[in-house]
Amino acid sequence: MAHIPVSVSESQPPGRPLETLEDVAKGLAPRVRETLDAAEEQIDGFLSSVMGESFEERMARVDLHLGAGGVDAFGLDPKWAKYGFFAAAVLYRHYFRCEVTGIENAPRGRVLFIGNHSGQVPIDAAMIGTALFLEADPPRLIRSMVEKWTQTLPFVSTFFSRVGQVVGVPENARRLLESDQALMVFPEGAAGISKTYDRAYQLTDFGLGFMRLAIETKTPIVPVAVVGAEEQYISIGNLSGLAKLVGIPALPLIPQLFIPGGQLPLPTKYRIAFGAPMFFDGDPDDDDAVLEEKVWSVKTTIQQMLHEGLAKRKGIFF
Amino acid sequence: MARKAKTILLTGMCGRLGQLVTRELHRQHRVIGVDRRPFDRLPADVTHHEVDLRKKKVRDIFRSEKVDAIVHLGIMHDPRKSSADHHSWNVAGFTKLLGYAAEFGVKKLVMLSSANVYGPQPDNPQYLTEDAPLLGGATFSDIRDLIELDHLAQGFLWKHPELSTVILRPVHIVGTVRNAASNFLRLPVVPTLLGFDPLVQLIHELDVVNAIVRAVEGPARGIYNLAGPEPLPLSRVIARLGRPTLPVPYMLAKPTLNRLWSMRLTSFPPPELDHIRYVCMVDDRRARHDLALEPQHDLAATIQAVNWGRW
Repeated sequence: MAHIPVSVSESQPPGRPLETLEDVAKGLAPRVRETLDAAEEQIDGFLSSVMGESFEERMARVDLHLGAGGVDAFGLDPKWAKYGFFAAAVLYRHYFRCEVTGIENAPRGRVLFIGNHSGQVPIDAAMIGTALFLEADPPRLIRSMVEKWTQTLPFVSTFFSRVGQVVGVPENARRLLESDQALMVFPEGAAGISKTYDRAYQLTDFGLGFMRLAIETKTPIVPVAVVGAEEQYISIGNLSGLAKLVGIPALPLIPQLFIPGGQLPLPTKYRIAFGAPMFFDGDPDDDDAVLEEKVWSVKTTIQQMLHEGLAKRKGIFF
Repeated sequence: MARKAKTILLTGMCGRLGQLVTRELHRQHRVIGVDRRPFDRLPADVTHHEVDLRKKKVRDIFRSEKVDAIVHLGIMHDPRKSSADHHSWNVAGFTKLLGYAAEFGVKKLVMLSSANVYGPQPDNPQYLTEDAPLLGGATFSDIRDLIELDHLAQGFLWKHPELSTVILRPVHIVGTVRNAASNFLRLPVVPTLLGFDPLVQLIHELDVVNAIVRAVEGPARGIYNLAGPEPLPLSRVIARLGRPTLPVPYMLAKPTLNRLWSMRLTSFPPPELDHIRYVCMVDDRRARHDLALEPQHDLAATIQAVNWGRW
């Protein structure tokens, strides 16, 4: 009788069913947690090595007001920001190998960073933000204004909010500056970022809104010029009709997207220059012509910085 | 017995908020309630007229009593009643009330509106101020009555400088009250929209009561947003309540809710989905300054108050 082979199920204690899905999940949970903890350690290690202090220490030096809900007034969550900065810092250091000049020009308190917008995908904003968090002292956490239609996109809208991006309406900008935050604005907007390669490094029309805002809130303007982003995606045309139909700002024609691996931006070298702060006063409700003159001076400063950056660089990729 | 400071006519007295306001006001003031519903355990010094606001009987109350202040909470918002019923009750009743206020020398009018009149929109500024346009009706027609009432009160505010009109626009009120937001948060499994997690503001019902009392007793005049404690993402409100969530893609949620609504299986009108998709937050700096209002209930207490009204 003892020789009768017993099947696996019979060897289980009576009354206990085969392992349920829940048991499997319970068994896996510690291993998943271990893996996540290890990843978290890697992230912490990398961020500490590039900043010389831990992310939490650096974040504590940023002027940020977290409420009891764990987010700031615009939904920024330091936990999400950490992962955002990790991803951006990897690109910043190893992919685009950003070279930054004039970062000491970034003042404390309220400031408006005005830059050229390029490269089809707003990586330039992420790199400027990363530069100001990693390299400025004290670190600055810049907020930028995102297109309103991004709020209709699932995940994107939540991600933008948690990493400190705000919807591009004047009320939000005013509120941020009044609470002495740093704000990034690209006055060229969608027309700037989606420009075709034949117009690379030529600034398109600047809106007047940022100047009105700066005068109204008495905020210094720091011009920023990014060289290197124009070449990450070479656009040869724009399907504006189709874009309008789908309801997005632009639909660039980028040949590299059709080559395997070309979906990634080209690993150009980014050169980010911060200019001296510019101060403007007057009446924010002045005639457009008066404001245009002031905007013109900012625009020519940035254009000049772009020319200098282009003249200085020896290659697009190095 | 001490003399009562003011005579206050309160509409919608028998709603949950109305009862709280009554209990808060009746010790200092003479409170006259107008409501078609019965009042449970009515305080002895409160008069209750079970009468429709549109009836002539209401005028008789004004003729026989010297009413100093009117608090209007009597806004019907049963999503299942026909919109014609709503409209007639809400707009006709309030118009009558405004007429009496002007005719009988009332000094104060407090009207409870809602931050929902601004409406959740993708291009909303993070914090809406009192002068923002009331666009809530663009997608959600059931809010149009309240918007119209708010506009009527605004018109009255400018037309009658001798009378202090106060319009209060609180964010989602939680506590024992039953409104769409608290009913939603009380669901055993709370559905959310996959990939959307807007910041939300909640206010404790007693903080709203406090604001109403301040508005009645103080000299303030104008429109005031009431924001409650700090905002937080919707997902965290649900997490703090310890309820599981069920994230549903918007593309699926909308037709499903439409279906459930038409089969009368839910009390949530489909356009309200926008409330868990986009922000509709208000700036309450004006109330903090003019009414000296700070929320007395912090975020933890406010969130936990959702459970009070659970059945």
